Amino acid sequence: MEVEEATTSTTGDGDTTDRAFSTAHSGALYRFKQQNLPDWRPALTPGSVITIFLVMGFFFIPMGLVCLHASESVVEIAYRYDVDCVPESYKNDKVAYIKDSSVSKNCTRRIRVDKYMKAPIFVYYELDNFYQNHRRYVKSRNDKQLLYGLKQKDIGSCDPVQTTNGLPILPCGLIAWSLFNDSFNFARRTEPLKLNRKNISWQSDREHKFGKDVYPFNFQNGSLIGGGSLDPKVPLSEQEDLIVWMRTAALPKFRKLYGVIEVDLDANDVVSIHIANNYNTYSFGGRKRVVLTTSKWLGAGKNSFLGLAYLVTGTSSLLLSILFALIHVRNPRPHGHST
Amino acid sequence: MPEQRRRKPRKIRPSKLYSFACGRSGFNQADQSHLGQPGFSRVVYANEPDSLSFPSNNISTTKYNVFTFIPKSLFEQFRRVANMYFLITACLAYTDLAPYSSTSAVYPLVLVILVTMLKELIEDWRRKQQDNDVNNRKTLVLNADGKFKYSQWKNLRVGDIVKVQKDEFFPADLILLSSNYEDSICYVETMNLDGETNLKLKQSLEKTSFLQEEGDFVEFKAKIRCEDPNADLYTFVGSIEIDEQSHPLSPQQLLLRDSKLRNTDYVYGVVVFTGHDTKVMQNSMSAPSKRSKIERKMDRIIYLLLSLLVLISTVGSVFFGIWTKEDLEDGKMKRWYLRPDDTSILYDPKKAAVSAILHFLTAMMLYGYFIPISLYISIEIVKLLQAQFINRDIQMYHEESDTPAHARTSNLNEELGQVNTILSDKTGTLTCNSMEFIKCSIGGVAYGRGVTEVEKAMAKRRGSPLLIEEREDENGTGINAEGTKIKGFNFTDERIMGGNWIKEENRDIIEKFFHLLAVCHTCIPDVDELSGRVSYEAESPDEAAFVVAAREIGFEFFQRTQATVSLNELDRLSGTIKKRTYDLLNVLEFNSARKRMSVIVRDENGKLLLLSKGADSVMFERLSKEKSDYEEITKVHINTYADAGLRTLVLAYREIDENEYAYFNKKFTDAKNSVSADRDEKIEEAADFIEKNLILLGATAVEDKLQQGVPECIDKLAQAGIKIWVLTGDKLETAINIGYACSLLRQGMKQILITLDSPEIISVEKTGDKEAIAKESKQCVVKQINEGNRLISAIRNESFALIIDGKSLTYALEDDTKQIFLNLAMGCGSVICCRSSPKQKALVTRLVKTGTKKVTLAIGDGANDVGMLQEADIGVGISGAEGMQAVMASDVSIAQFRFLERLLLVHGHWCYRRIASMICYFFYKNIVFGMTLFIYERYASFSGQAAYNDWAMSAYNVFFTSLPVIALGVFDQDVSARFCLKFPMLYQEGPHDDLFRWSRILGWMSNGTVTSVIIFFLLTFSFGPQSFRSDGQPADLAPLGAAMYTCCVWAVNIQMALSISYFTLIQHIFIWGSIALWYIFLLAYGAITPTFSTTYYMVFVQELASAPLFWLAILCVSGAALVPYFSYKAVQTSFFPGLHDYIQWMRHEGRADDPELGQVIRQASARATVGVSARFDARINQQTGRVHHVVQTP
Repeated sequence: MEVEEATTSTTGDGDTTDRAFSTAHSGALYRFKQQNLPDWRPALTPGSVITIFLVMGFFFIPMGLVCLHASESVVEIAYRYDVDCVPESYKNDKVAYIKDSSVSKNCTRRIRVDKYMKAPIFVYYELDNFYQNHRRYVKSRNDKQLLYGLKQKDIGSCDPVQTTNGLPILPCGLIAWSLFNDSFNFARRTEPLKLNRKNISWQSDREHKFGKDVYPFNFQNGSLIGGGSLDPKVPLSEQEDLIVWMRTAALPKFRKLYGVIEVDLDANDVVSIHIANNYNTYSFGGRKRVVLTTSKWLGAGKNSFLGLAYLVTGTSSLLLSILFALIHVRNPRPHGHST
Repeated sequence: MPEQRRRKPRKIRPSKLYSFACGRSGFNQADQSHLGQPGFSRVVYANEPDSLSFPSNNISTTKYNVFTFIPKSLFEQFRRVANMYFLITACLAYTDLAPYSSTSAVYPLVLVILVTMLKELIEDWRRKQQDNDVNNRKTLVLNADGKFKYSQWKNLRVGDIVKVQKDEFFPADLILLSSNYEDSICYVETMNLDGETNLKLKQSLEKTSFLQEEGDFVEFKAKIRCEDPNADLYTFVGSIEIDEQSHPLSPQQLLLRDSKLRNTDYVYGVVVFTGHDTKVMQNSMSAPSKRSKIERKMDRIIYLLLSLLVLISTVGSVFFGIWTKEDLEDGKMKRWYLRPDDTSILYDPKKAAVSAILHFLTAMMLYGYFIPISLYISIEIVKLLQAQFINRDIQMYHEESDTPAHARTSNLNEELGQVNTILSDKTGTLTCNSMEFIKCSIGGVAYGRGVTEVEKAMAKRRGSPLLIEEREDENGTGINAEGTKIKGFNFTDERIMGGNWIKEENRDIIEKFFHLLAVCHTCIPDVDELSGRVSYEAESPDEAAFVVAAREIGFEFFQRTQATVSLNELDRLSGTIKKRTYDLLNVLEFNSARKRMSVIVRDENGKLLLLSKGADSVMFERLSKEKSDYEEITKVHINTYADAGLRTLVLAYREIDENEYAYFNKKFTDAKNSVSADRDEKIEEAADFIEKNLILLGATAVEDKLQQGVPECIDKLAQAGIKIWVLTGDKLETAINIGYACSLLRQGMKQILITLDSPEIISVEKTGDKEAIAKESKQCVVKQINEGNRLISAIRNESFALIIDGKSLTYALEDDTKQIFLNLAMGCGSVICCRSSPKQKALVTRLVKTGTKKVTLAIGDGANDVGMLQEADIGVGISGAEGMQAVMASDVSIAQFRFLERLLLVHGHWCYRRIASMICYFFYKNIVFGMTLFIYERYASFSGQAAYNDWAMSAYNVFFTSLPVIALGVFDQDVSARFCLKFPMLYQEGPHDDLFRWSRILGWMSNGTVTSVIIFFLLTFSFGPQSFRSDGQPADLAPLGAAMYTCCVWAVNIQMALSISYFTLIQHIFIWGSIALWYIFLLAYGAITPTFSTTYYMVFVQELASAPLFWLAILCVSGAALVPYFSYKAVQTSFFPGLHDYIQWMRHEGRADDPELGQVIRQASARATVGVSARFDARINQQTGRVHHVVQTP
């Protein structure tokens, strides 16, 4: 801290009454008014530049390594099924396949576990090229209806999926209407794996956004059926697939939690997945995956990006610091002397 | 006592003293014929006030009135492009197009407009109060009962008869009826009008001079017919009809508003022009609303951003259109989940083009964050606070007059940091308008040890121990015997003071010298009955200084009668004080053409003496052929004095024999009584005849007292690279003297003098042919300007000074010559324009302003400077003096010229830096935010979905980023005030516009883009499709948006911390507080019911706070986002440092007070050509060593 004294010349105290200025020449308020508060004036000297980059490098690189370690120890299996599950005869017109209700949509695939996977193993479905963040789509819901049910009359925001046959749809809107309806069942060899599908949504959503005594009504009764339908006997707050789906994703490629396998999987275990491939992503070229992954403190799913980002930032800081140090050593210039 | 006082001067008729100025009968009868015609139609009945046909005497300088305030201020608001844009946005926000909720979009605009209007209201209110101060002044007005009663100025009506007393201002334009002098003359000080300090003599018509008592007015009736209101101060055409008889009126009878009655106890007058009809108000232009250069440039940046906005909105809507169209092809739905078959016009694949166009509007609103809505209001708030700091600066507070500095319009603060040229008035601004007798040379011996301001400044600049010596000096003998300071007298020399002069060798000459000073003048003495001390009423302060000097030496002038002048003086033989009376025969008074004054007196021995004093240029040629042995040394002394900025006069005398006098007297009396057109010439001829063969006595040096600290201040300003022009109404010689005194001129500087005093011009002028005069004069001026230009281009290493007089200026400022004149002026180190009218001052200011496109600052104290103050980019008024006009027309007022140094070098520099950095930073932070929104659109198929929650978005500018930027704008300092003053060249950053040039602005914008790209990609990829929490929940739009927002808040605030190098508690609180505020907002907003907080319901508590990835990502992203800027800054300060970087380093290493380094820096910057330092350097170069000599003599 350096404190610079004012070079005040007017110090006569004279007649202090009735003056434009108070003659109190000290105190925080005076120093504030004179713009002379205690200050800290760091100067960017080559030394401080080198130090700052050095410190940043030495901090970021270990952080990166820790993050990388965390993400590397996650075991993740992602299996794309949208193409595999289409029968050969429909390979050229997948849209026809998905629209043809006479064709069975069930499909079973086997995947092998590479490494030991420790429970809980999270199961996600991943969609790609699906714009859940399209403004038209995001807007098309009614939060009050979800919470209060049919009491909420004004559901204009749900356009274009508000009513069918003159009756309001509950839950209304494009998001609910396009509910994802593929389903997955897992088995290790022949023994089915128990999939816990409870508590896959945010607690606050279940408790405060979706009504406990609100039941689906007039849902998917229109001429054009979008996605999945809902059991009208189950209140919305327990329709967790819907709650998960209603949380619109940020980006066109997103994962949503489907369930949790609560047993460990060993390396070389073969898991068979029974997929009901109902959801139409073929007309807009969207990809579908099913993902099984273990969890670490950094999250469930493998993503080494953050670790790499730390490493890159840290390394470049370190390099910059060395560069500056070299320049400074080779060309030392005392400050204050112009060239 | 006032009674007695009044009687005394009535004994004499002062008009006798003025051969030239009085009794002129040369009325042009042709002028009178205009009366009654258009332009000359005013009819005023004296004593019959008329308030219906003429405006009241109320003046108003406010911008708004009750009715115009709302429309006019709103209009001013929406003249700003950005505000217009926001208005349109606000209207559209109520449609379905809006990407966010309507209220969240409208409240910032309403807030901004209201606060700005409030600010305008307060400022105008203050102006109103100042008007009221003037309007409520009181003056004596004759009421219906025939009594003079005090009445407010604003109630004055045309035709009222008023009585104005000594030292009062005239409340309106008056026709002089009579004064306390028998011959009805009065003295008027017109400093407020034309800046001249000499008193002007006015005389009423004889017909009205009988009006002396209240009773005389009861029966008085007169009809005045005169010209209509106009701005010409020096003409007046009219006639007064008394008792059916018409008498012509001339400017000689016109007393102008805002001039002041001097040396006259009272006058009576009739009001002819009131309020805005008065000549002084006609001269003033309406207050223009000024905008600073930075603000004007800011508008252009806003245009740039608007086009950027249009560009990216277009890009967005084109993609939106294409993708929308593709959603429905041949009846097949692509993105079926959007129901392209059942749509509104906003998203209609069948009419994709229309949807795209509508979407364009949505995008314009969404990306509106590029245009910082709170920028204008933040700047206004910042400037108001900056202005408060200017107002509260104790070092710009003048204790004696209890006047602080006052920034009257706050929107020019940063302009103070960019001043290129200062145009300064002289009297009352540079000088105090008091003259001090300081030195004299008598019979070749120099007397006087007083130290002038210039010498003080030179000594200080040299930093020599002599300074201390001087101080001791001042404490020792600088004050006279009684220990009090005498006005007009600053002379110390024990050789002749206290009666010691009789011991000097040349005592005869000394005696004659002071006799001359005591006798040759037009002052009127005023003896205080109680103390017996004599004071003088003089036409000009230098006159008074001479008489006071004579008195102090021991030649006390104490009485003047119609024909005699009496002194109390020491009788050398008896050694006692003796009264001596001279018969005053003739007075040949001073005027600017003659440049000398003489009296012819008969002393007690009956000897006839001609006593003469005048400018050296005219006096030396009138000396007798037999040269006195001290003539040469006297000339040397005069040059020394002149170089020190002193006004010199040469004193000489001769004895006249009776015959010669008789011949002269006849000739002179004839000339005086003649009524022909060549009367003046005849008088001149007679005077010329007698004023010759003079014997030199010596020379006087009077200091036109500079205001305290003026030379130092000018030196600092010159070192800061600011050009200083002096525009004065004063005489050429006076102006040149002051030029020397304040170091704008120095010996060795080439002076380019442009005047119309050449004999050819004078001879043409005698013919009276106006066209010929104009043609000839113009040619002459152009010739001189071209010569000057040639000279400048021919000689490189010289500094030049341009001195031009008012008459030449008229021609130089004409359209076809002004460019070459400006070129000449720009090539000169200093420019002095003398005898310039208020209008010319304004025109010169305009020429500099528009011709150079640089920032001009005008500084002045009188009403004659008003035009100039209003024309300049910044007008600075000197307050504390009596007149308020200049202050009222100014943008900033200060009590003393020397405060200009601190105002510009400290406050100006800081404010410029602050505002420039603030605006750049503003654009940066908005681009960071806006670009993240735009990049996000790329991943949301340009549908207009915002990445952030509505309310969070609209709070970005208001809560999370505004306080630090305001702190930057109000408090930031690159270097402390002490270093600002120590290294004035730092100021050059302003005039060069280093901190607000396009490269810097675009640099900040690209920095913003880089930051946002880093934030967006690093964050989205880190949050990537996987779960960001160990409990398996993946991030949807709400937590990802909130995290991205958090990164923006961190990055933008840390960027702020990086870009400033001045931290007080305030900065810390604001920067870290803003970040904390965002978390508080997340907590608070997330806790509100989900129907309001929608997606952000519990977003922090439940989703983000417990995820380590969130915190790690914030750290990494914010850190990485700042690396580019920090690297740039490190490279820039290490390898291309600015001056402030040097100073920061030096201070950091504790070497800032190393004088050697200071010198290095000073030399690295541009060298000043004027100022004390330059003068000092020049002297060093000359190697004369005279500096030492001057100070060491005593």
